[in-house]
Amino acid sequence: MQIDLRTVSIKPLRNTFDHLAERFGDKPASRYQEGSYNIQQESIFHYRPSWDADRVLFDKKRTQIQMKDWYALKDPRQFYYGAYTITRARQQDAAESSFDMIEERGLADLIPAEQKQIALDVLVPMRHAEWGGNMGNSYISAYGYGTVITQACLYHAMDHLGVAQYLTRIGLVLGGPEALDTAKAAWMDAALWQPMRQHVENLLVLEDWFEIFVAQNFVLEGLSYPMFYDYLDGDFSANGATAISMMTRFMAEWAGETGKWIDAQIKVAAAESPENKAVISEWVQRYRGLTLAALAPLAQRSFGDKADEVIAEVTAEFNARCAKLGLAV
Amino acid sequence: MSTVFIAFQINEDTRPIIEAILADNPHAVLDEQPAMVKINAEDTLVIKRESVEELIGRKFDLQELQVNLITISGHLDEDDDTFTLSWKN
Amino acid sequence: MDMKATKKKLGLKEKYAHMTRGLDWETTYQPKEKVFPQATFEGIKVHDWDKWEDPFRLTMDSYWKYQAEKERKLYAVLDAFAQNNGHLGITDARYLSAIKLFLTGISPLEYVAHRGFAAAGRNFPGVGPRVACLMQSIDEVRHAQTQIHALSNYNKFYEGFHAGASHQIERLWYLSVPKSFFDDAFSAGPFEWMIAIGFSFEYVLTNLLFVPFMSGAAYNGDMATVTFGFSAQSDEARHMTLGLECIKFMLEQDPDNLPIVQKWIDKWAWRGIRVLSLVSTMLDYMLPKRVMSWKEAWEIYFEQNGGALFNDLAKYGIKVPECIAQCTVDKEHQSHQLWLTLCTHSHAMGLHTWLPNAEEMDWLSAKYPNTFDKYYRPRFDQLRELADKGERFYANTLPMLCQVCQIPMLFTEPDDPTKICYRESEFQGEKYHTCSDGCKHIFDDEPEKYIQAWLPVHQVYMGNCWPEGTDPTAEGFNPLAKYLEWCHIDLARDGGDYEGSSDQANFAAWRGAATQNT
Repeated sequence: MQIDLRTVSIKPLRNTFDHLAERFGDKPASRYQEGSYNIQQESIFHYRPSWDADRVLFDKKRTQIQMKDWYALKDPRQFYYGAYTITRARQQDAAESSFDMIEERGLADLIPAEQKQIALDVLVPMRHAEWGGNMGNSYISAYGYGTVITQACLYHAMDHLGVAQYLTRIGLVLGGPEALDTAKAAWMDAALWQPMRQHVENLLVLEDWFEIFVAQNFVLEGLSYPMFYDYLDGDFSANGATAISMMTRFMAEWAGETGKWIDAQIKVAAAESPENKAVISEWVQRYRGLTLAALAPLAQRSFGDKADEVIAEVTAEFNARCAKLGLAV
Repeated sequence: MSTVFIAFQINEDTRPIIEAILADNPHAVLDEQPAMVKINAEDTLVIKRESVEELIGRKFDLQELQVNLITISGHLDEDDDTFTLSWKN
Repeated sequence: MDMKATKKKLGLKEKYAHMTRGLDWETTYQPKEKVFPQATFEGIKVHDWDKWEDPFRLTMDSYWKYQAEKERKLYAVLDAFAQNNGHLGITDARYLSAIKLFLTGISPLEYVAHRGFAAAGRNFPGVGPRVACLMQSIDEVRHAQTQIHALSNYNKFYEGFHAGASHQIERLWYLSVPKSFFDDAFSAGPFEWMIAIGFSFEYVLTNLLFVPFMSGAAYNGDMATVTFGFSAQSDEARHMTLGLECIKFMLEQDPDNLPIVQKWIDKWAWRGIRVLSLVSTMLDYMLPKRVMSWKEAWEIYFEQNGGALFNDLAKYGIKVPECIAQCTVDKEHQSHQLWLTLCTHSHAMGLHTWLPNAEEMDWLSAKYPNTFDKYYRPRFDQLRELADKGERFYANTLPMLCQVCQIPMLFTEPDDPTKICYRESEFQGEKYHTCSDGCKHIFDDEPEKYIQAWLPVHQVYMGNCWPEGTDPTAEGFNPLAKYLEWCHIDLARDGGDYEGSSDQANFAAWRGAATQNT
């Protein structure tokens, strides 16, 4: 059966905007392309920023990394705002039903005390480190260059806030508001957390935005997420603490998804020039050492005498990832 | 005396909300415009979760207001039960 | 541990405090001044960031949920609009001039707002304002993108949209008005940014931009614009409360902040009002079916609403900006003066203008009984007479621009609507011209900033605005044509009078095809 929609067929005068036709040819453009390419202003600015008088508002020179075309750093997920929020809302729905089930059925009470304590000691204080991740990515979104990477970093910043809030809820489920106070005290003063806090604070004063991207998104997340949300998570499940795994599912899934985006940025930037490759490789080497040192006491607390083994495996996986991306590390 | 206001898109979601506001705020004045309604009130305007819930027969989270909100004027105070606009003079 | 206590459901305020305030800490391995290097240079004193009140308490889970719901609704309408030739439902294709101005002049600002709020969301030492600023930052990228997506469909069928939200904002002479406004705010520090954009623009002025204009879009059958407009406004309510909270917070923190904040309010009220004069022409001239006059919109959304606001701020010692007295005079004139200028320069613009017809002029007479017939009707009559003789008048030079607001020098003296207002300042031996006492005042306060302004008309005459490879010594070289080419304007199709344009012809033909069988 043919359905007559009674619409008039009018031939469009053009398929898309000039800058997209120049870049991709005169064909219908995706919403990602329309919402991302060239919408950052490029060369004419009226006033020098009072906070950075040697540069213009959007300036390519706020990093050592140089690209002929900054829009090469595209997001393989093709996240524009709508695609991003709808994806996260779906994940949030699933997370919400996990939290609901755990809260309604009192599943937290069934978690073995030892496992619960590991989560309280290791996962809950990480919410402060996540807040640091938010700050680093907001910085990139403000001062980076080219919408394809700056918008994705804002989504990433908001995700870090989201993860910090999930970790907060885990603290509330496992130990109520007091658990958050205890975690904060540990973050501030306990020997276990000082190397990590120092490392996170050091990242807060970096000025080169691509260096922040490498140190925070590639190295810190690349080493800590597998350790917490893969290895430690496996231990939780194996030891009767599936409820904790249910509450960290978002993080595990998120690390997989965002890892692909982060890899694409590193790979393209490193392939651009030998100079970029050398700078990124040097950053990775430096921050890998610093991150592993910050993670060592947490691995000890999480895995006991298996700690060295876990760290070694996580590092080997990370190094393999670097090699695949063409880095010399 | 200063006026506070709130405006919503006109649709199925906002019909009961508007009804609840007008019932709870007898001093409020309805101003209907193309595709939107604006509710003006002297000094203060309150939206009560319970009143909306009674009209829609389900749980209502006041943050749901944001989906169809167009604009507000006045200081906002929001908790689980009420959403209040006022000029606190 | 008492597990019973933890099972009590936390209230919204308490939950929000744990989810945001609780995340932050005082750094000890790095000094505060290095972590927040922009926190103090503007002179605003803050003693206790914890005194910040969060007006809307959205956690990320709710944010994702409600925003995704808005996005699903919005894109469903946009898809339906595109599938059903929704563009043929508008009252008249000349209406689209307003929308072209929106896409080329306003959407790029939404984008800069996104970047500026990301910066504010990194730079304030308080966690409350940081989270609120970040949510505004991500909302603003939403606005830029949903506007581009909504208007993309018009681009497929009409002229003047094809440069999108790129290129023209940096280059076109009338778009440097909105651009320089946002450049000005972003190049200032984070506190001034909040007064400029968060307070003056979002709280005091945004209603004037969006609400009457979107009602106008609804009235003129433009469902695409209504949908993104109202959907954006639903975020705007959050942004307005952020701006208001921010100003209260600054004023409550230290009495020394008052003169700084007052100076910024005065400056940004005037800067914003000048930018909005573009909106005045949309309301009074560009909408084929009119909702309200600029003067009426001004009275409702600025005088009444702004009045309530300034009454409220009086307790902190804030005074109504002096420029408001001038605005009370200007509201009777500005749309007419600006539209006359646009009408006589549309041979150098990316959108169509037209002379108001008899019925429209009667409407303007009724809405502006004190001024329209006396000052402006005769000038439109004269232009109409020339046009009817086939001599549509266009000024053959580009207009001189105000050094601050960058609007052409076209507004008149406060006490004489027949005399163009010029003000002059001297700085480092050079003369600079401004269009009003308000702009002169702003210039004199920060001359070293405003002398940097990239005034498009000056730049054109200096030969800086041609496509790469242009040879100005070549025979038949036409500087205006080359400038327009550089701006991505195809003058034959994009500019000039609507009467006789291809938009007019296409719209008539397509609508005929849609409503008749032949």
